Amino acid sequence: MFSIVRSLWITFLHMFHKRETVQYPEQKNKLTTRWRGRIVLTRDPDMGERCVGCYLCAAACPVDCISLQATEDESGRRYPEFFRINFSRCIFCGFCEEACPTYAIQLIPDFEMSEYNRQNLVYEKNELLIDGPGKHPGYNFYNIAGVAISGKGKGENDNEMPPIDTKSLLP
Amino acid sequence: MATLYIDNKPHEIKPGNSLLETCLSLGFDLPYFCWHPALGSVGACRQCAVKVFKDADDKKGRLMMSCMEPATDNQRISILDKDAVEFRAGVIEWLMTNHPHDCPVCDEGGSCHLQDMTVMTGHAYRRFQYKKRTHLNQNLGPFINHEMNRCIQCYRCVRFYNDYAGGTDFGVFASKANVYFGRHEEGTLESEFSGNLAEVCPTGVFTDKTLKQHYTRKWDLTMSPSICQHCSLGCNIIAGERYGDLRMITNRYHGEINGYFICDRGRYGYEFVNSEGRIRQPILHQHVVDREKILTEVSVLLKNSKVIGIGSPRASLQSNFVLKELVGKAHFYQGVSTREQSMDELALAILKDGPVRTPSMKEVEEADAVLILGEDLTNTAPMLALAIRQSIRQEPMKEAAKISIPPWNDAAVREVIQDKKGPLYVATVAETKLDDVATSTYRAAPEEMARLGFAVAHLLDQTAPEVIGLNEADLALANRIVHSLLSAERPVIISGSSCQSESVMKAAANVSWALHKKNKNVGIVLTVPECNSLGLAMMGGNPMEAAFQAVENGEADTVIIMENDLYRHSSKTVADKFISRCKNVIVLDHSHHATSANAHVLIPAGTFAEADGTLVNNEGRAQRFFQVQESANTIKESWRWLLDIGAASDNARIKQWKNFDDITVTIANEEKLFNGIDKVSPPSDQRMADGQRVPRQPHRYSGRTSMLANVNVSEPKPPEDYDSGMSYTMEGSRTLPPSSMIPFFWSPGWNSVQSVNKYQKEVGTALRDGDPGVRLLETNSDSPVDYFKEIPEKFRAIKNQLWIVSVYHIFGSEELSAKSASVAQRVPGSYLLIHRNDSEALKLTEGEIIEFQIKEQQYRLPIKWSDSIAQGTAGLPIGLNSVPYVDLPAWGILKK
Repeated sequence: MFSIVRSLWITFLHMFHKRETVQYPEQKNKLTTRWRGRIVLTRDPDMGERCVGCYLCAAACPVDCISLQATEDESGRRYPEFFRINFSRCIFCGFCEEACPTYAIQLIPDFEMSEYNRQNLVYEKNELLIDGPGKHPGYNFYNIAGVAISGKGKGENDNEMPPIDTKSLLP
Repeated sequence: MATLYIDNKPHEIKPGNSLLETCLSLGFDLPYFCWHPALGSVGACRQCAVKVFKDADDKKGRLMMSCMEPATDNQRISILDKDAVEFRAGVIEWLMTNHPHDCPVCDEGGSCHLQDMTVMTGHAYRRFQYKKRTHLNQNLGPFINHEMNRCIQCYRCVRFYNDYAGGTDFGVFASKANVYFGRHEEGTLESEFSGNLAEVCPTGVFTDKTLKQHYTRKWDLTMSPSICQHCSLGCNIIAGERYGDLRMITNRYHGEINGYFICDRGRYGYEFVNSEGRIRQPILHQHVVDREKILTEVSVLLKNSKVIGIGSPRASLQSNFVLKELVGKAHFYQGVSTREQSMDELALAILKDGPVRTPSMKEVEEADAVLILGEDLTNTAPMLALAIRQSIRQEPMKEAAKISIPPWNDAAVREVIQDKKGPLYVATVAETKLDDVATSTYRAAPEEMARLGFAVAHLLDQTAPEVIGLNEADLALANRIVHSLLSAERPVIISGSSCQSESVMKAAANVSWALHKKNKNVGIVLTVPECNSLGLAMMGGNPMEAAFQAVENGEADTVIIMENDLYRHSSKTVADKFISRCKNVIVLDHSHHATSANAHVLIPAGTFAEADGTLVNNEGRAQRFFQVQESANTIKESWRWLLDIGAASDNARIKQWKNFDDITVTIANEEKLFNGIDKVSPPSDQRMADGQRVPRQPHRYSGRTSMLANVNVSEPKPPEDYDSGMSYTMEGSRTLPPSSMIPFFWSPGWNSVQSVNKYQKEVGTALRDGDPGVRLLETNSDSPVDYFKEIPEKFRAIKNQLWIVSVYHIFGSEELSAKSASVAQRVPGSYLLIHRNDSEALKLTEGEIIEFQIKEQQYRLPIKWSDSIAQGTAGLPIGLNSVPYVDLPAWGILKK
């Protein structure tokens, strides 16, 4: 008898506590930037596609849900001809983000991706690519890698010497 | 055997090899760059340092480059010694100071020796903060991509390109850390073996340019062991597929045939598989139909008409055999011209019945005297030319052996032999690329070459027929050849069918037989035109002219032409007439050509990438190629289509065959010459020790739940392989597969092609369970010698006529590779090669059009001058698409 009354009392007291339940979807939780949700492809500060189609994300993916085909544009920049993520398989582990050498692929704090039709969970590049650099604002792969693209020749990267004159034997 | 102590543990070894080779053979991981099993040691990169101790009491030891030290008995070394480990890590760190951070966009990444070695030495963080050296790149043509920034100066490229393959347009420039590997000026690499740079280079300086156009990492390829289809040598290759396209061909090590290298035709000819000109759907009277419709249609035709079948020298044994069974032996025709057929049969007879055995390419590399009669090897059998470039070093290398320099000590050996070259005699119609290393060259019409050969044979053995009326210069040359051949330990005679002259091949046979009486080690190598020419000759069949006759006489009205373009084996008028006389022309092929354009029924056959099959190379070695991909369309192997057609038309015998094994076992049992071809590869129901299949995909294969998700988010069931013990997926056994079924080379820590070391018994020797393939033609050394006696007449030029013989081009003369986009860029324009004096007598200069007629075929071609081709003869680049077929050699009548 006493225990019933005690339980009622405790329950009654809870009416004055701070509420833990969030009234989703009217009310939304704040997620940190490191939260691993929907995957996006980001762009350089100069709005070029960051993804160079190196296939490392695909190789790192434990459920093999990323496929792409690398190609090269006329300026010599590599980019994915298509980039497909099958979110119905994705486990949001973030390995792809860790593997990405160009900060192109990033997981963002958005998880509201439910679909009635599973086929709609297959995202192509136009659905993945965003117009911004995401979590790494200043990074530009082509300023660091030693490859030449049009408008930026050999030796014009950060930390590079001008190209060697092969005809010179001077020290 | 000797004992080598590595880190105080004894190991049984063969003394004499370098320490590096020995350690690798024993399975140790020791990093290296400049050493290559085929190129030897030069000690340039300092990467393979180990500690060598004087004796068991020596605790200090000294650092030595393991590639430069021979392994000796009771030697004590340490790989794990702290100093050695630090030294190796230091070397890598230096090499990496200038290496760019571009692995993500580098085509080598994932199969990069530099990546592997960096990981192996533990260099994970770059301390170098200063500016990096850069280089400008060159456009090296359609095959090789150049990115000099990545270079680590190991010198393998020049050592392969110049020293090993005899290239002249590549070199090293500048000095110290600035050295630059490339051409003196931008331009296409001239060597026929330039593609190997992509495999020889330990990093991404030289990469495959065709791969770049549809780039895929090595780990993403579905790969299969395959056989090159572009000449008769049967080099082993690995073919890789992704998203339904064939992406890359790489060398598959075979200790007896191609070793570590393949030619550019083999490496880049694959693009025909992806080309627009493929036949992808069954076509009935110009309309695409489905599989059932075409099968019923063809089976009705088979019942209601008189059918003959034309096979092909580029189709597998299985396909030719099933076609023969379907139409009946009497109605099976070989699909090559009468002359070609008689040449192939002659080659077979010489190899089968003669006393002299045919050596493998590895043995040709070890030959110390070579006589070539009538073959421009660089263009007809390129890898054999590469083997000969090694054989000319054998004779001078004996000098190095005398002063105890081991053959693997490359720099020292080259220092000893300098420019000395062993005996090589090249008798051909026109200049060849081997002339620069030849002791003597001989330029003449095929008849004269044959006479020279017969004369050599007579000088070697008086019972061989004598040549009457040989001039003095030729006799002197013959005497020199005889002298060289007699003083050699392992002489090799090379000839083949490219002159299309039986007497040349007979002369070569006579020389080898005459020499055999004095030296049992002599070998004879005969090249044949296509990848399965010898196999087709062994299978037998009527000559194609008989097929034309049969239709002409009304004995047949329907023809099945399998993987064959008749316009490449008979003249246009004859083929046109034949096709127009046939009521039904059924063509089974993978690519469109002149014959398929006239077909009433067109059936999409598989290329080597979509088919299983067995080919017999010029050595008589039966080798199997495995299907790489299951095609999404109705494309199937020719033999599978024929099985289906046989079943649809109630052919009782064909009905019982269900898969590759059924056919192969039947061939092995029924055809005497093919005894043993069922042993070429393990049966399809055989599994690895753990009960699993051999996976075609590496364990890192990616994207399988996504690559087809755009079509349907539910993944389809992966295709099953009923024809072999391999799987099309990444599931399967991870142990070492049988040598005939190695889909790719990979070993933990060794992602690049260098992992082949782990698949060999000993570095540079046979694969672990023996090199694959079964040699079908083993000769009996005691067979009686029955010399060929028909010596041709002396060649006499005729006024206003030219004796026209075939000349060949590595790029262009072969049908399939010429359809490849990259190879097509290297195909020369058509021309007629004639002697400058002949041309001037006609008042024509180089480049002007010459008009002539061979039989009914008219030609208008620009003139190309040669200073060495015999006067009165001319070379026609037969096989080029712009040069219509004609039966050569033949007289060309000049028009005024």
